[in-house]
Amino acid sequence: MAFLELEKLTRSFGAHNAVDGLTLGVEKGEFVALLGPSGCGKTTTLQMIAGFVEPTSGAIRLGGKDLLAIKPAKRGLGIVFQSYALFPHMTVAENVAFGLEMQGVAAAERRTRVAETLELVGLGAFGARFPRQMSGGQQQRVALARALVIRPQVLLLDEPLSNLDAKLREGMQIELRQIQRTVGTTTILVTHDQAEAMALSDRIVVMNQGKAEQIGPPHEAYERPATPFVANFLGKTNLVNGATVRPERISFAESGLAGTVRTRIFQGNHWLYQVDTASGLVTVIRQNTGEAMPGEGDAVHLGWEGRA
Amino acid sequence: MRAAPYLLCVPALVLFAGVVIVPLSMTVLLSFHDWGQYKGIEPVFILKNWHEVLSDSYFHEMFARTFRVAFFVTLLAALFGAPEAYILNRMRSPWRGIFLLVILGPLLISVVARTLGWALLFGGNSGLVNKALMGMGLISAPLPFMFTEVGVVVALTHVLMPYMVLAVWASLQRLDPQVENAAVALGAGPFTVLRRIVLPQVMPGILSGAVIVFALAASAFATPAIIGGRRLKVASTLAYDEFLNTLNWPLGAAVAVLLLLALIAVIWGANRLVERRYAQVFA
Ligand SMILES: Nc1ncnc2c1ncn2[C@@H]1O[C@H](COP(=O)(O)OP(=O)(O)OP(=O)(O)O)[C@@H](O)[C@H]1O
Ligand SMILES: [Mg+2]
Repeated sequence: MAFLELEKLTRSFGAHNAVDGLTLGVEKGEFVALLGPSGCGKTTTLQMIAGFVEPTSGAIRLGGKDLLAIKPAKRGLGIVFQSYALFPHMTVAENVAFGLEMQGVAAAERRTRVAETLELVGLGAFGARFPRQMSGGQQQRVALARALVIRPQVLLLDEPLSNLDAKLREGMQIELRQIQRTVGTTTILVTHDQAEAMALSDRIVVMNQGKAEQIGPPHEAYERPATPFVANFLGKTNLVNGATVRPERISFAESGLAGTVRTRIFQGNHWLYQVDTASGLVTVIRQNTGEAMPGEGDAVHLGWEGRA
Repeated sequence: MRAAPYLLCVPALVLFAGVVIVPLSMTVLLSFHDWGQYKGIEPVFILKNWHEVLSDSYFHEMFARTFRVAFFVTLLAALFGAPEAYILNRMRSPWRGIFLLVILGPLLISVVARTLGWALLFGGNSGLVNKALMGMGLISAPLPFMFTEVGVVVALTHVLMPYMVLAVWASLQRLDPQVENAAVALGAGPFTVLRRIVLPQVMPGILSGAVIVFALAASAFATPAIIGGRRLKVASTLAYDEFLNTLNWPLGAAVAVLLLLALIAVIWGANRLVERRYAQVFA
């Protein structure tokens, strides 16, 4: 039996099922990502675990106990909201200390734990600031510290990195993964960014219209997508003669599927090709190794592993 | 072309000067003129009125009453108005609109009519509530309401409450509901959320509502005039009497200018407090 279990979890708004019979088991210490397009029910799922949205039907169990029977204030979960939801009238240290205060932790211990946690997220020197005086990335780390300091049984993250620019996001992804490894907290991350989900998590849940289309390790879902939706959502795909082929698996060869290069786009570390073939337009991604590459209008042959 | 912005300001400036600056300056000037029962107003420069207003204990009492009434009105408006706004904000969609109308509705009715309503309920032996209570044998004499400070405070609070509700409501609407959820998730009960999370965030709203209510209460005329009458004067009814009954315009002007200065001081002080206390928290 898994540590956190969602069983046939359903939530409807009117006639529309925002979450539709979702079943998922999360092991202790595992990092699971809920991945899917906008409006597929990720936030609703997270809010049901947190207790701010009531399920229409289904069950949630944590460590074998019925979580739905417990009030949101007593669930002991750490939550990082999409909007951070920091307390604007409290300093960073007061924000982080709030959860400990609610638990009745003594002032002296509170101070050391707040300092430790702020150190962990790299904000040791910022305790006296107010949230308004910090950047988006720093605020996000405060929210993370506030959730981590109470040593939650489960950490719920709702698109915590979506407001950051690409560079900061990458840095925060690495930090988040390191922190999660160090602390070992069971974590559920909601995101619509497939690269983020694959980079961070042990398993991903690809959701579509309230249902889980596939649950599994990232590389497995990427290599062996269960449905065309999963294949498309996790990356670019080609449908050639009924077979799904990832663009980076296709190479230019001496013989094979014949075609003409329609467009060639340089993207720094790789080239992106669109090739006209008898079986339709094929997307090809080739590493930029510095070698000469076919240009637009050139006649080429495409080959890939497993091609009949 | 650089002159264009200034030229565009001219109409507004002329209007402002015409309707605010000029009459105000004339009032200030008037307060230094002399006045006598038989000679009327004499355009001289003397400090007689100011000396009288500042040294006579009759005027001290009047101003003390004005600010005491304004203080209690503000306190009551905050005590009732802030929770009222909070409850209003938590209501669901059809009810919220209906009750907002109920709260703001009185603003559409003349202050005189609203105040007379209180007089009808509590006015002496014939007041409806007094009659009913005496009829039931709960009280032997009518509740004192007319011509009492309590009466003025109650009626003014009723009249000015919508301003407090509106100010607090505006700041409640800016709150992120997820912030309350965040506190709940960290283990806070409903009362703790209210006291530690909601209240500090709407404090600027309560303070700005308080400034509005205080200023309006201290300068209110109709309600103190009807409920307080001649027996219980406040600064504005006093100024009115000096102007229109005694015809001692310069003295009335001195009272009015003093009230204005005191109000400006209070509002300015409150603003400084809000800015210093909340600047770094709420940009
Ligand atoms: N309170 C609500 N009332 C009505 N419908 C709702 C409510 N909350 C969510 N929904 C609907 O439920 C569906 C799922 O919403 P949810 O917020 O879970 O999506 P999401 O996967 O988090 O999307 P995003 O990536 O855009 O945040 C949406 O179609 C949404 O319109
Ligand atoms: Mg969402």
